[in-house]
Amino acid sequence: MILARVVGNVVATQKDHRYEGGRIMVVRPINPDGTDAGDELLALDAVDAGAGDTVVVVREGWSASTTSTGSPGAAIDSAIIGVVDTVEGEA
Amino acid sequence: MQLARVLGTVVATVKSESLEGRKLLVIQPLDGSLNNKGQPMVAIDSVGAGKGEVVFWCRGREASFPFLPSEVPSDCTIVGIVDSVFLDSRFTVSHS
Repeated sequence: MILARVVGNVVATQKDHRYEGGRIMVVRPINPDGTDAGDELLALDAVDAGAGDTVVVVREGWSASTTSTGSPGAAIDSAIIGVVDTVEGEA
Repeated sequence: MQLARVLGTVVATVKSESLEGRKLLVIQPLDGSLNNKGQPMVAIDSVGAGKGEVVFWCRGREASFPFLPSEVPSDCTIVGIVDSVFLDSRFTVSHS
């Protein structure tokens, strides 16, 4: 999993049917200190995350599909599975 | 999943039987601001995407799932056509 910040969302009328009812979020990977750590990717929301939230994103298909749609086997490779309250530790 | 722009079509007469009838497209991966990121790649279309459209695609084993029960070999499949991207509360693209 990676830490990321929710920076936006995507609207798509024409999409694979397993995305119906899901929220497709744009997330930007971040370091534990909150600095940007790479290019944005899309993740399906499984936990009602919102813009600006720091989140945990899983980048594996079975997990992403199951958490965001309730069952495996969907063409979904990333999902938001947690909203982060705090990250503690030392670099 | 990641955003991309469809650059064009790939025609391959000789191909795996499991690719018969599938549309192969060349896509350019994009970041959230729709700037080019990385190398163009070949994707299989599952939603009727065409040249010039902004789409999003799925990677890995899951890329073959839209075609089930057919077993289509793909590690990159277009699974949605983007209408609009809202980034940092900013309206980035409208696509129709």
